[in-house]
Amino acid sequence: MAEKTDFEPNIVAFLCNWCSYAGADLAGTSRIQYPSNVRVIRVMCSGRVNPLFVMNALQQGADGVLISGCHPGDCHYMQGNYYARRRFNLMRNFLEYLGVEPQRVRMSWVSASEGAKWKEVIEEVVNGVKEVGPMDQFKRRQLNW
Amino acid sequence: MNGKPKIGVYVCHCGTNIAGTVNVEEVVQFAQTLPDVVVARNYSYMCSDPGQALITDDIANMGLNRVVVASCSPRMHEPTFRKTLLSGGLNPYFLEMANIREQCSWVHDDPIAATEKAKRVVEAAVVKARRLEALDVKEVDVEPSCLIIGAGIAGIQAALDIADAGFKVYLVEKSPTVGGHMAQLDKTFPTLDCSACILTPKMVDVANHPNIELMTYSQVEEIGGYIGNFDIKVRKRSRFVDMDKCTGCGDCASECRLAGRIPNEFDEGIGMRGAIYLPFPQAVPAKYTIDKENCLFLTKGKCGESPKCKDACKAGAINFDLQDEVVEFKVGTIIVATGYDVFDARLKPEYGYGVYDNVLTALEFERMVNASGPTGGKVVMLERGKKKKKKEGEEAEAPRVPQSVTFIQCVGSRDKSVGNEYCSRVCCMYTAKLAHLVKDKVGHDCEVTVFYMDVRAFGKGFEEFYDRVRREGVKYIRGNPSEIYKKGDKLIVRAEDTLTATPLEHETDMVVLSVGLCPRSDNREIIDLLKLSQSSDLFYLEAHPKLRPVDTASDGVYLAGVCQGPKDIPDAVAQAKGAASAAMIPMASGKVKVEAQTSVVNEQTCRGCGFCVELCPFTAIELVEINRMGWPVRVARVNEALCKGCGACAAACLSGSIQQRSFKDVQLLPQIQALGVK
Repeated sequence: MAEKTDFEPNIVAFLCNWCSYAGADLAGTSRIQYPSNVRVIRVMCSGRVNPLFVMNALQQGADGVLISGCHPGDCHYMQGNYYARRRFNLMRNFLEYLGVEPQRVRMSWVSASEGAKWKEVIEEVVNGVKEVGPMDQFKRRQLNW
Repeated sequence: MNGKPKIGVYVCHCGTNIAGTVNVEEVVQFAQTLPDVVVARNYSYMCSDPGQALITDDIANMGLNRVVVASCSPRMHEPTFRKTLLSGGLNPYFLEMANIREQCSWVHDDPIAATEKAKRVVEAAVVKARRLEALDVKEVDVEPSCLIIGAGIAGIQAALDIADAGFKVYLVEKSPTVGGHMAQLDKTFPTLDCSACILTPKMVDVANHPNIELMTYSQVEEIGGYIGNFDIKVRKRSRFVDMDKCTGCGDCASECRLAGRIPNEFDEGIGMRGAIYLPFPQAVPAKYTIDKENCLFLTKGKCGESPKCKDACKAGAINFDLQDEVVEFKVGTIIVATGYDVFDARLKPEYGYGVYDNVLTALEFERMVNASGPTGGKVVMLERGKKKKKKEGEEAEAPRVPQSVTFIQCVGSRDKSVGNEYCSRVCCMYTAKLAHLVKDKVGHDCEVTVFYMDVRAFGKGFEEFYDRVRREGVKYIRGNPSEIYKKGDKLIVRAEDTLTATPLEHETDMVVLSVGLCPRSDNREIIDLLKLSQSSDLFYLEAHPKLRPVDTASDGVYLAGVCQGPKDIPDAVAQAKGAASAAMIPMASGKVKVEAQTSVVNEQTCRGCGFCVELCPFTAIELVEINRMGWPVRVARVNEALCKGCGACAAACLSGSIQQRSFKDVQLLPQIQALGVK
């Protein structure tokens, strides 16, 4: 494992267009500073996030993944965030079974008015991933026969 | 256009907003190295006219077929740049934006980190742009007609507005008459207008308006389709009275063997009716209805020698063979105005409603003070459940008049113990109004007491009215009673005056419970028909609490009146007018745009499991049978007019056969790779 102190994790975040993406935009308009480790993919709804996307991100080299949607009951598409939550819970069990630390894959509710919460979420995620170090479980290793 | 992608990347400085932190030049140089990028430029303000001209010029001169704009949030300028592409002759969906302002330059003050992140974000946009596809912006025609469910004051007002604007309205009401709860009221607060005087002209208008097709005693059974093209099926229940022949004379009702023996719903059960009845004298339509559940002839098959109502009817309107009629029609929009139920006071057993004769709900009391109500507007002590059979020649004993009336507010509102946390918004004021009417009708010496938690007199003229009622001698005691019991022929209200912290027992003749407004007990019927959501108080949920208060999550379906949440009459009317205007927008324009980023099924690989069908919150997917190489197979098919483009189906599909346009797996996975790789 790399030296934890200077390790800067790389985190892929899936944000729903209506709440969390807007919340992240609000953090911007409010000039709230937060770590630059998180890169965002915009989807229309957190319900669009296929668990395979998360696995794929971890395989491609991301050290952590964040899924963020509207608060329960606020989904623009009525139920999408509930689907996301259910999938996320199952996936987290599975990832844990595979030996992936639960800190790496997180889910949060950030509304369009929660720019400050977005910063908190980012800091929490980044610190969580920093604790567990780089993601190397899914790295293909050259076996030495 | 389906040839090799030729991408132009445009990096915006946004003055110093982006360029102040991100090294724009470096990002442009990086973009030029990305696959399929033929040109990368930067400009101070991409959204300005010269900025947009850079893009259109490059489309024309270099044959660009994809555009990436790295600037502010797509929530800000995506529509702007989509138009730029369109004016340059490209399909607007060949645009991808990289958000390097709100989510980069404004939140990271370290230029190196910000520039590095900007590069990544631009790369992710470019790799997605390579996979973008042209999408059709579809429009559907809108039927210039509206279905309104519920003909209370909200439904009536919406119907009149829409019909006056020249559109066809189908107004469907479940009960035999229009008017709803407002027709039951005597006076309205705070102006003390007679409710019937202001409502009945409107009731007559909806019946006579050439653009309104009124269907009373009817129920919506099926709703299919989508905005602009709803298919409606309505069951007109049989009244066993020929609507064309009935003159409304009432000869039948007085002859009915059950006359005066069935509690009248309209009078909240304190008045009686027969099996053939008119709910109240000003009912619209003024046609009699036979109640199938109670009529002797319809339940037992026999009513003496022959049904007396039939013999009495000179117009020959009564016909026991009449059947329900099912009508089908198409509408473009729907307004739900189904109203409310009052709180069932039996759920607060400590108040003894249903046990003591003279514990009334406010709506019962409202009927009692109403001049056309069962007591002719007299406030009298009730003797419930007693058979009041008048014998020939015997004068009925004059009913006793209460010497004191006590009101208890917030029955079923602001009460977690019955699951209603909300304030019903009308009880404080109708209590003040009823208190005034007691003083008015019984006399000034009648003692009137109100137990309250807080008085919320928030509307126009409300506080003044509350003041006036207190000046009239109505006594307000702050405290929620804990119990009501009977002592002799008096009722005792136990409470605590919370302003002086004194427990007290208050003796009174009559108690009126100011019951709150609740979602209708048959709310579910409409939810199942229209897939409406409910808020936590179980009223129907609007699309946005502030900015879209009359819309629902389903396009073309609007809410009016108390079905969305407790309201007084002016608010219900205002919302009805809002819903009418919202419904008229698509009807007036005649066309409505539907979401382009919808889901699409690959019918060659779909195995027809139906997961997506069950998941779709908008019931936009159905299974259809197709011929696959000579074999009939079931596959999913998306109704693009219903699909809102959330992509929940795409995430669930086991074979990846259903995909959301612009957010397909093949478009998102390269993004994930671009952002994931260090």
